[in-house]
Amino acid sequence: MISLRIDDTPVQAKPNWTILTAARAAGIRIPTLCHLDALRPVGACRLCLVEIRNWNGRLVPACATPVQEGLDVVADSDRLASLRRTILELLFAERNHICAFCVSNGHCELQDLATELGMDHVTFPYRFPALAVDASHAKFGIDPNRCVLCGRCVRACSEVEGAFTWGFAGRGVHTLIEADLGEPWGQSTTCTGCGKCVQACPTGALFEKGKATAEQVKRPALLAEVTERRPRA
Amino acid sequence: MRRIQVLLCSGTACQSSGSERVKRALLDALTAHDLLPEVQLVDTGCMGPCELGPVLLVYPEGTFYVKVQPDDAAEIVIEHFLKGRPLRRLLWAEGAPQPHEIPFFARQRKLVLRNCGTIDPEKIEEYIASGGYEALGRAVTSMTPTEVVAAISRSGLRGRGGAGFPTGTKWELVRVAAGVPKYVVCNADEGDPGAFMDRAILEGDPHSILEGMAIAGYAVGASRGYVYIRAEYPLAIQRLEVALAQARKLGVLGQRIFETDFSFDIELRMGAGAFVCGEETALIASIEGRRGEPRPRPPYPATSGLWGKPTLINNVETYANVRHILLDGPEAFASVGTEKSKGTKVFALAGKVRNTGLVEVPMGITLRELVFDIGGGVPTGREFKAVQIGGPSGGCLPSSLLDVPVDYDSLSQHGAIMGSGGVIILDDATCMVNMARFFLQFTADESCGKCVPCRVGTQMMLAILDRIVAGEGKEEDLQRLREIGEMMKNASLCGLGQTAPNPVLSTLRYFPAEYEAHIRDRSCPAGVCPNLVRYRIDPDACRGCDACRRACPTGAAQGTAGAPPYQIVDERCIRCGACFDACPFDAVRKEPR
Ligand SMILES: Cc1cc2nc3c(=O)[nH]c(=O)nc-3n(C[C@H](O)[C@H](O)[C@H](O)COP(=O)(O)O)c2cc1C
Ligand code: SF4
Ligand code: SF4
Ligand code: FES
Repeated sequence: MISLRIDDTPVQAKPNWTILTAARAAGIRIPTLCHLDALRPVGACRLCLVEIRNWNGRLVPACATPVQEGLDVVADSDRLASLRRTILELLFAERNHICAFCVSNGHCELQDLATELGMDHVTFPYRFPALAVDASHAKFGIDPNRCVLCGRCVRACSEVEGAFTWGFAGRGVHTLIEADLGEPWGQSTTCTGCGKCVQACPTGALFEKGKATAEQVKRPALLAEVTERRPRA
Repeated sequence: MRRIQVLLCSGTACQSSGSERVKRALLDALTAHDLLPEVQLVDTGCMGPCELGPVLLVYPEGTFYVKVQPDDAAEIVIEHFLKGRPLRRLLWAEGAPQPHEIPFFARQRKLVLRNCGTIDPEKIEEYIASGGYEALGRAVTSMTPTEVVAAISRSGLRGRGGAGFPTGTKWELVRVAAGVPKYVVCNADEGDPGAFMDRAILEGDPHSILEGMAIAGYAVGASRGYVYIRAEYPLAIQRLEVALAQARKLGVLGQRIFETDFSFDIELRMGAGAFVCGEETALIASIEGRRGEPRPRPPYPATSGLWGKPTLINNVETYANVRHILLDGPEAFASVGTEKSKGTKVFALAGKVRNTGLVEVPMGITLRELVFDIGGGVPTGREFKAVQIGGPSGGCLPSSLLDVPVDYDSLSQHGAIMGSGGVIILDDATCMVNMARFFLQFTADESCGKCVPCRVGTQMMLAILDRIVAGEGKEEDLQRLREIGEMMKNASLCGLGQTAPNPVLSTLRYFPAEYEAHIRDRSCPAGVCPNLVRYRIDPDACRGCDACRRACPTGAAQGTAGAPPYQIVDERCIRCGACFDACPFDAVRKEPR
């Protein structure tokens, strides 16, 4: 076992754990968005940033940083809270997250995080890029305006389903989630229609057709359930 | 008997100014005068003064010719090679100074560029004659890997790719890392706009990189190396390929090198030119065939790199130093430079400076020496304003800091970085706000989009700067820029996002008045930002030619042909600059509003 401190609490961790796993085991909550149990960590959203006191106060993503003996981790502080709020604000300003018009209103991780972190207004100018919705798939749809580019769909599709339908296209602020090589989703020759991406998606970007907002409840835990008995590398 | 040796620069800059044609013309002229047996022509790598190309250096005298055109070839052959007197109009300076007498060269100290411009990079024999592959031979036959690492550590060499991490420490981490096989990677992505240090080394002395990598391979226990090089460097790629083939043929790469148990070979991997692919974890992803995106560290490549194996990644210039450390000894290497920054550094001088090009200087030289003594200062008529050092992630230092020594720690203390060696000199006609905006535009375009602080943060900063240069800035914008900048520095995933705010933060720090003028007075003091300038016609210079009136799309430029002076009605002016470009007498002036 490895010993570290999180918010001044001594914590024991297995050597292959991340700081996030260790924190959760000790009942310490760290906000996350791009992380999803069963999927490989990517450290992209930066909401889980924690401060390592004995690394000169460096900030690292808890979800993707392995534990080390003697780490002195700050998971909750004014500095971190304000940073996390700014990051959320940036996400809200980036595309279109007007919750009242979203299929996921009430069941959205982004919305929940905003409530949890006390982000009640956006001080950045909204970019509103007006991206095209793809509703060509028989069962599902994707609205890139709601996408936070967490990549959970991409990883669910490649790491769990093994279909490799979803991928990132473009770069920077122009990055988009695309099926196959930019084909309409409905014409994808690789998509198995399993819906894992939809269940993994934290927002209303990926949604099920024919379901009302109140029914649009996702089951991101599904990914961990279906991989539970698989041999892990 | 070869009586004369002509070194003809065939670096990319000289090739694009026509060195190939000069070479053919010289060969024709030599043939015509039956001098071929007496004169040897050598294609070399970059000599440095790229602005003056094509350049050639004639030995034994050491006569330096600049801006040579194909038409000059016959004259050089007749005057110099036959009659023995240098052709005055093509000399670098009056009196035919030898290279060491020219200030541009005199203040330099060439270690990694020693062979660039003196040997033919496509001939392994010339490299060997200059001591090439001797260091590798020594390492594998008479040193243990630990001894090699210790020598690199003692030399104090730090990575030349930007961050300045101690090279010996990195090698030791890979050497002791668990896991086989291990890999050695050379980062030749060189994505900073305007930088061409690594390209020049690869084009001018490719074997020095192969040798450095092979020594590294021996030290860390790797038998395979990769050079990740951008596809936009075709000449460097070609010369690396030639060098690889020659090195394999002579057995200095391949199986059982120098008849020891050490085997090592190198492959090239071409990158498509994304700036972020120079970041080491993105580079690894790219070599593995995945999207070039960084990943969080730790784990560092030293323990988990290419295909999850221990991997040593160093920059081109870092590897180029290795053989010298083994040949001359780590102490000799460490005798150059400052306490914490040892050896030399290659810089690409660009911008408003007389001698643009490639230079190598001892660490610790002052910015003033770099810009004025070597660079020759700002061309006449303009004043030095600032130097942007470290590329798009670097910082902008004002003239009050010209005496800061060029070393890793001094530069970062003042808000700039050594970076890979791009140096852009700015004169008083530069708007610092506009310049910061330019670099931020670059990093915003090159952001991979993976993490939120960089992907969206760059856009938000850019939006504010766009407003300011358009004359719509608000007082609180400056504080906002600082806040977003600090957030990006701390929260971004990789070095791109962490350093992207630097040009903005450093200009805010050293040139706050310029930002304030844009916001409070709606004026661009340098007269650059289109919305914040006024066009005016100098009545003394105007000859009444009517060119401005005809060019102006809105009728703001007014007057009667032949009856100067003309006038510009500011209320009608849309600041397109058409009159400014059209006036043959430079009578149209661009002024701060
Ligand atoms: C956005 C970005 C671009 C980079 N580009 C380069 C590059 O073009 N060449 C390079 O050698 N290092 C580059 N680096 C630094 C590398 O990540 C790495 O630190 C370096 O190759 C290590 O070699 P060194 O220790 O010899 O300097 C870049 C880093 C970042 C964050
Ligand atoms: S579609 Fe959903 S899961 Fe996929 S990247 Fe966007 S927000 Fe994440
Ligand atoms: S800092 Fe920028 S370039 Fe680096 S991972 Fe984040 S988005 Fe990509
Ligand atoms: S949850 Fe860790 S970076 Fe997104």
